[in-house]
Amino acid sequence: MSLSTLLVLADGRLPAGAHAHSGGVEAAVAAGRVHDLATLRSFLVGRTATAGEVAAAFAAATCRALTGPQLQDALGGSPDRRGDEPGGPRAFAGVDSDRVRELDDGIDARTASPALRAASRAQGRALLRAAARIWPTTPSTTAGKQPHHPVAVGIAAAAAGLRPREAALVAVYGGITGSASAAVRLLGLDPYAVHALVAELAPECDRLAARAADRADLPVDDLPAGSAILLDIGAEQHATWEVRLFAS
Amino acid sequence: MRPEHPARAVRIGIGGPVGSGKTALVAALCRALAGELRVAVVTNDIYTTEDADFLRRAGVLPDDRIRAVETGCCPHTAIRDDISANLDAVEELEEDLGELDLILVESGGDNLTATFSKGLVDHQIFVVDVAGGDKVPRKGGPGVTTADLLVVNKTDLAPLVGADLGVMARDAAARRGNLPTVFLTLVGDPGAEPVTAWVRDRVAHGVDPAAADHAESAPPHTHSANAEPHGAGAG
Ligand SMILES: Nc1nc2c(ncn2[C@@H]2O[C@H](COP(=O)(O)OP(=O)(O)O)[C@@H](O)[C@H]2O)c(=O)[nH]1
Ligand SMILES: [Mg+2]
Repeated sequence: MSLSTLLVLADGRLPAGAHAHSGGVEAAVAAGRVHDLATLRSFLVGRTATAGEVAAAFAAATCRALTGPQLQDALGGSPDRRGDEPGGPRAFAGVDSDRVRELDDGIDARTASPALRAASRAQGRALLRAAARIWPTTPSTTAGKQPHHPVAVGIAAAAAGLRPREAALVAVYGGITGSASAAVRLLGLDPYAVHALVAELAPECDRLAARAADRADLPVDDLPAGSAILLDIGAEQHATWEVRLFAS
Repeated sequence: MRPEHPARAVRIGIGGPVGSGKTALVAALCRALAGELRVAVVTNDIYTTEDADFLRRAGVLPDDRIRAVETGCCPHTAIRDDISANLDAVEELEEDLGELDLILVESGGDNLTATFSKGLVDHQIFVVDVAGGDKVPRKGGPGVTTADLLVVNKTDLAPLVGADLGVMARDAAARRGNLPTVFLTLVGDPGAEPVTAWVRDRVAHGVDPAAADHAESAPPHTHSANAEPHGAGAG
């Protein structure tokens, strides 16, 4: 695994459409639920424990589906060494069978709000486009051209030579920074204080990513299914606004 | 007038500060060209559907030929650094409407530094107005300096705001070398004659094949085994 490749995929400046999505912050700000640093912190903690954990789990599972079983399993030995080879593991066609589509369906089932499903697919499509241009080996999968965003993260990670844990990290960390930077733009919060929050949540990202990698082979029904009902309701209301700055 | 076998529609970006007349120019171009070319429009107003609604109300294009893109408070990001939402809109227009000749992409109003990515458009027009002050061309910035066409709009207002068009012409020429600049008043010239002629010419030349390749924007091709998006949330 290449640490710098992980940075490339996790970079907020990756041209994959994330800047136009607030992760539910715009709706929460309008409802008065997020208005300062403390309420943003609660929002980020809650979002990470629900939508964040789901995203991490599905990104890891998709990456696993496309990069094959851990060597650890095959050799009964030390953790996943294949990733340390130059260039890292490569996505290979044919492993997917129907697993990626099942994972994509699994996110549909976990996302009550149609507006959130549409936003997730829009971001998935944008990320796939970016990945295909950056890593030409990006495989096409049974999830089609606009998979849910966590699935697209798993596909991009596999194409980039990353492993399930890194895919999960990109998914959960990207959810936090996307919401945090939207809050900076909408509320004019002190950007240093907001980034201190992001740093405070970083260990939680590590923990969720490790867990997601451990469970990357589980049946779809056994993967995390946490949801935050106010995110769903907020997204539905947001989609009907006449004037909004973010796509979701 | 149309190129014989368009690789894809010619994409022209229209940028410039808030209120300079971008939407009015888009409306004028649509009115003038919709009879002879297959035209569609993508708008990037920071307030989502403002510009799109104006174009619909003005009745210059049918509803389904106009798409609005949200830019997350960063209009310049959406046309320059991360063009994915705009590419999506362009692709959707092409998928829904079939072959097109011209797609106009209006940026959200921004400052003098905002320009379009070459990954999004083939040519760009930068619109400033005389009411913004006759010093704007001298200030330069990438929009004024590098746009393929600089439009100085609202010349009808020049006497009212004390703008010296001669100064603007001289400064623009100094900043832009051989690149063209036109002076316009949409009040006096609702067909935007010089801009329409320039756009018609760009469309007639078609898309440079290298650029078509460069701006190729489709996600990875799906093989037969791979289904199109499925499930209730698609789109
Ligand atoms: N006097 C005058 N007003 C104009 C001209 N072109 C546009 N406007 C007006 O300027 C205002 C802003 O135009 P708009 O197209 O919305 O600007 P945008 O923000 O750049 O899209 C509108 O009220 C237009 O009617 C012009 O040539 N002369
Ligand atoms: Mg406008």
